[in-house]
Amino acid sequence: MQYVRSHVLVCGGTGCTSSGSKELQAALKSELAKKGLSKEVAVVETGCHGFCEMGPLVIVYPEGVFYVRVQVSDVPELVDSHLYKGRVVERLLYREPKSHEKVPNYNDIDFYKKQMRVVLANCGHINPEVIEDYIAAGGYEALGKVLTEMTPEEVIDEIKKSGLRGRGGGGFPTGMKWEFTKKAPGDKKYVVCNADEGDPGAFMDRSVLEGDPHRVLEGMAICGYAIGSDEAYIYVRAEYPLAIKRLKTAIAQAEAMGLLGDNIFGSGFSFRIHIKEGAGAFVCGEETALLQSIEGKRGMPRPRPPFPAISGLWGKPTNINNVETYANVPQIIIKGADWYASIGTERSKGTKVFALTGKINNTGLAEVPMGITMREIIFDIGGGIQEGKRFKAVQIGGPSGGCLPETMLDLPIDYDSLVQAGAMMGSGGLVVMDETTCMVDVAKFFLNFTQSESCGKCTPCREGTKRMLEILTRITNGEGQEGDIELLESMARSIKAASLCGLGQTAPNPVLSTIRYFRNEYEAHIRDKRCPAGVCVKLAVFRITELCKGCGLCKKICPAGAISGELKSRHMVDPAKCIRCGACIAKCPFKAIVKE
Amino acid sequence: MKTVEDLRRLRKRLQSQTRLRHSGGTQIIVGMGTCGIAAGAREVMAAILDEIAKRQLEDITVRQTGCIGMCEKEVLVDVVRPGEPRITYGKVKPTDVPTIIAEHVVNGRLVDELVVAKIEEPQ
Repeated sequence: MQYVRSHVLVCGGTGCTSSGSKELQAALKSELAKKGLSKEVAVVETGCHGFCEMGPLVIVYPEGVFYVRVQVSDVPELVDSHLYKGRVVERLLYREPKSHEKVPNYNDIDFYKKQMRVVLANCGHINPEVIEDYIAAGGYEALGKVLTEMTPEEVIDEIKKSGLRGRGGGGFPTGMKWEFTKKAPGDKKYVVCNADEGDPGAFMDRSVLEGDPHRVLEGMAICGYAIGSDEAYIYVRAEYPLAIKRLKTAIAQAEAMGLLGDNIFGSGFSFRIHIKEGAGAFVCGEETALLQSIEGKRGMPRPRPPFPAISGLWGKPTNINNVETYANVPQIIIKGADWYASIGTERSKGTKVFALTGKINNTGLAEVPMGITMREIIFDIGGGIQEGKRFKAVQIGGPSGGCLPETMLDLPIDYDSLVQAGAMMGSGGLVVMDETTCMVDVAKFFLNFTQSESCGKCTPCREGTKRMLEILTRITNGEGQEGDIELLESMARSIKAASLCGLGQTAPNPVLSTIRYFRNEYEAHIRDKRCPAGVCVKLAVFRITELCKGCGLCKKICPAGAISGELKSRHMVDPAKCIRCGACIAKCPFKAIVKE
Repeated sequence: MKTVEDLRRLRKRLQSQTRLRHSGGTQIIVGMGTCGIAAGAREVMAAILDEIAKRQLEDITVRQTGCIGMCEKEVLVDVVRPGEPRITYGKVKPTDVPTIIAEHVVNGRLVDELVVAKIEEPQ
């Protein structure tokens, strides 16, 4: 067998694939062949490294050199210089945005330094389509351990002791959930994995499924053994084609090796996993709606109790956890509950994966210990706000969560502190906003999302969110009235109290939290008919400043004929005619036109 | 796969293939400057890779480096065993490779007639 001296890891996550990593791989392989290096240098496709902003990412081992934004045109230099002669291609290295220094090594980058990778430990380092890579990294050892050395009760005790809580949103203790399902009467029980990730800006679960699918399968199998189940479903949305493909590959490989299927490790335990593709309705992330959808019915929630642990899929006891929760399980079994419980805060243990998006420099995935502050995530890992603008707020927990202002940046993050602050952990989406964001507009955006995704079964959610959205739309159109804020608050309380499922119960959160922390912006819209961030178009006023040279370009471009003025003298905008399209601002060569 | 022992045996075999993504082990460094390549560094590199494969050695990384200025002594090959000084061999020919690997890399004995430098690296 040929000795392979170098591995070139090319990210094949969804982010890097869309920035061209497939073409890059092909180019690397053909260039290596041309140089006669094919046999000694291996090109390995991996899952997501989390640093999607900088993709396509390439890591060259044994040196561990980290290259960013590698293009097909860079391949000849990369192969000739680094892989043939061993010289690092400096211009493709990552530069820290703060110090502008080049950082050759992966682990020295600020983005990774503060992270603690438990769930994402393998993501970006193994080939997710090759089960051998997972096994080499210690995979399926935990399953082997529980099947040969532990009773189901011991497994549940270990998970309870670890303090693991559901990573899908609510934060219910995982060990307790498993215990309820185990103790529920019935011969047939199910394990269900909720991979219906639908929050705007969230892609944690997708990256785990794409980057390390076997970890999720192993966690599910351990759960199956603990609760006495032999069959499982992964409910994953059809718009995650790469995740589905890799899951299918992973299941087939595990079955071929006898790590899933009948009589695993000769223990008598059998476990089969099916994939159910969802059509992408947000409400199907709610567990009872999800179960309905697996059964082939319309995805609508039903009242609880009975909880799925008692009566779930086809009326049988069912344990539902999300992707990240299952992905935590193998490590807890291998390293022990005490190790896991040593990470995090008093009541929230372990790590959490966050998806960083919005106006942040380092868009990507970050796994951090619970109890870290928002400031560390946004400014140290995330590299701060784009274009040096000021931080304004961060939306955490998706449409069910809330917006936290600058004053909350030093809050240690865990399940309970976030609820107290008016937000929630949710699945872990973080949308960062800068000074140019209008908070009323943000509330409207999220409410628009939940309102469209409401399944329509219960009145408070169906009607309530629609009426709230109407009020918000009115406010942003400059037609707000005194009392609107109080009306919004009172409706929000009713909807939270009376809705059937989590979607309705949390839908008003973005409105409530923006009122709580940015009430003055609402008041500016309602009383002064002014949008302080200059976002709400109907409230904007266009003004030409003294910088105007009177060139007349704006007058020419204005589609409404709202601009007047003599050549070489300052022009004017007629607010009555202005349609606020912004064409004049884009055209003006002197930056003389401002939107206020 | 029937038992947990099967899994562990498979893992042990597989780990040798992904090990080079983790640091550690003995390093063999080949001088790949223009002078090195002109003196036949690629052929020496190929011989090293062949020898490692033939002996099924584990825990070894093969790297390249640029010109260090001793151009007339090329091809230069450095061997660094963990915790030991960096030894530079000069005028290495593909036929010398089996000796260097058998003596130094595997057994820790220097091949004196080829040594041109010894560097104590700060720990």
